[in-house]
Amino acid sequence: MADNPFPLSKDELLDAYRRMRTIREFEERLHIDFARGDIPGFVHLYAGEEAAAVGIMKHLWDGDHIASTHRGHGHCIAKGVDVVAMMKEIYGKKGGACEGKGGSMHIADLSKGMMGANGILGAGAPLVCGAALAAKYRAKQKGGPSDVAISFVGDGASNQGTFLESLNLAAVWNLPAIFVVENNGYAESTSRDYGTAVDSYVDRAAGFGLPGVTVDGTDFFAVHEAAGEIIRRAREGGGPSLLECKMVRFHGHFEGDAQTYRAKGELEDIRANRDCLRAFVAAVTGANVVSDAELQAIDRDVLGLIERAVTEAKAAPLPDPADLTTDVYVRY
Amino acid sequence: MARKISMKMAINEAIDQEMTRDPTVIMMGEDIVGGAGGQGEQDAWGGVLGVTKGLYAKHPDQLLDTPLSESAYIGTAIGAAASGMRPIAELMFIDFMGVCFDQIFNQAAKFRYMFGGKAETPVVIRAMVGAGFRAAAQHSQMLTPIFTHIPGLKVVCPSTPYDTKGLLIQSIRDNDPVIFCEHKNLYGFEGDVPEKSYTVPLGEANVTREGKDVTLVAYGLMAHRALEAAGLLAKDGIEAEVIDLRTLSPLDLDTVLESVEKTGRLVCVDEANPRCNIATDVSARVAMEAFGALKAQIEMVAPPHVPVPFSPALEDLYIPSGAQIADAARRTFARGKT
Repeated sequence: MADNPFPLSKDELLDAYRRMRTIREFEERLHIDFARGDIPGFVHLYAGEEAAAVGIMKHLWDGDHIASTHRGHGHCIAKGVDVVAMMKEIYGKKGGACEGKGGSMHIADLSKGMMGANGILGAGAPLVCGAALAAKYRAKQKGGPSDVAISFVGDGASNQGTFLESLNLAAVWNLPAIFVVENNGYAESTSRDYGTAVDSYVDRAAGFGLPGVTVDGTDFFAVHEAAGEIIRRAREGGGPSLLECKMVRFHGHFEGDAQTYRAKGELEDIRANRDCLRAFVAAVTGANVVSDAELQAIDRDVLGLIERAVTEAKAAPLPDPADLTTDVYVRY
Repeated sequence: MARKISMKMAINEAIDQEMTRDPTVIMMGEDIVGGAGGQGEQDAWGGVLGVTKGLYAKHPDQLLDTPLSESAYIGTAIGAAASGMRPIAELMFIDFMGVCFDQIFNQAAKFRYMFGGKAETPVVIRAMVGAGFRAAAQHSQMLTPIFTHIPGLKVVCPSTPYDTKGLLIQSIRDNDPVIFCEHKNLYGFEGDVPEKSYTVPLGEANVTREGKDVTLVAYGLMAHRALEAAGLLAKDGIEAEVIDLRTLSPLDLDTVLESVEKTGRLVCVDEANPRCNIATDVSARVAMEAFGALKAQIEMVAPPHVPVPFSPALEDLYIPSGAQIADAARRTFARGKT
């Protein structure tokens, strides 16, 4: 094996690959099982966007918080939420991450700092300001680098007033908060360019007094480098930033979306030419740091994990009728 | 020796004592300190009506003035609550809920249930409610029913300084989100309040006057109007029992039912508009649970179903009066069974 030209050790590279491959296989399996009618409700898939979630989350620890979006499976997996518990949740089963009460759009695990996927666009941004404020108090008490909190929004949700208010609040309070705009070109079915007047989210950040940076979100190493700088600054008290990741969505807004709004050949093109996993593999094998065999071993592990998650989710018991009225005070 | 202080000071004292006891208790809101970043006095206002005046000097790290961005800072309080703090957010006028309601009813209210019991959101949202301040349609509403409708939220609306201090301390310590509604026309109302810290449990109504003939159920400012009505009724020889609900969610229905079993007559009083309000809710529950005990139709006293008007001449007509409540009680005798 050659010298490692990457800023991550070989083990770290393999871990990043494992997380991205897990997200990809998780989502592609859901795509199939949803079409078969196995899964109730709405499902929004993250496939194609893995490099952003993992490139950012490689810098985080459990005390850091994230708030996700309706397209949250990737963020959950990247932040370390248990994949089997996630699958059970999506199937609405007991033992799911939220005991079957949340579903795909609300998977959360506060013990991992995952404040929830969110069915309301832009709603995570102020929650992240709160987590960042709490982190700031903790850092003041114990000293050392601060925990950080990261809000993910899509290009569509970046037009919500809630999000814009949060940029300002984070800036004036100098919070260790980071706002990641996952720009996959579509707000549901509507082109990003139709609904957003500025070309660059960096310009928008500047309008709120925040530094911003745009990266190719399909390039793991670009995301990892930019996120590392932004997160380091936030940990050291340097305040909030905005990170725009330009990326692609391999599936529709939700499962069942026929995606007729896309250009002819667009999906084939992005799968062939903008696949972040393929780019990652080409980089690490091309540099002779990681072998095909090592990646294939991970692929087998991941497929086994997803298979086990689906099997356990299908076999898991349904919630008890009594669970309907627990976990909320009931006295009426 | 009993000490009398205003409801406003009772709120101030509750926050002061809880901030001293627990450093994770923080408070944020617009102008809750006042003068932030300016050249002049800091702690210039202590809230628009001076409720939090003086707290900044004692707890400078625990009070945060916010930009005018209700959605951002109410959400920030909720996010901080979900990550280890015990924040109080002041929404100023409850009418402003319109610009931040998503954070309250889709986020704070839902976390515990939606995340399978694995999250808690110990946040208190304080807000002024009620008419009589000549503040017109967008600063005077009694929006308690909207919050009471949402599972996962607790709703408090006290009528006395004693209850206010005890209920606010309890609300801060509660692990669910609490909407704490303060009637702005009661801020100056004085009553006995112990200096030491104490709690009043959520979900317990208070029988503020005992009687055997008719039950008057109310909360907030209307709890005072109901007592006034009971005084008027006493002159006619009618002994009214007055129940101050104090918390609307959880609702202490048992105390109401017990009273109606005794009196057989019920008048529900509410400052909220009459459709789907607390009075209709209590009336429906009593009709379902204690129909056999009723000797007469249930009466409701509420404002007309219109926005709060500005002109003092109209606003005074809008707010239910003691005389109206007494008239409603008399109707239960005139039209009801004997």
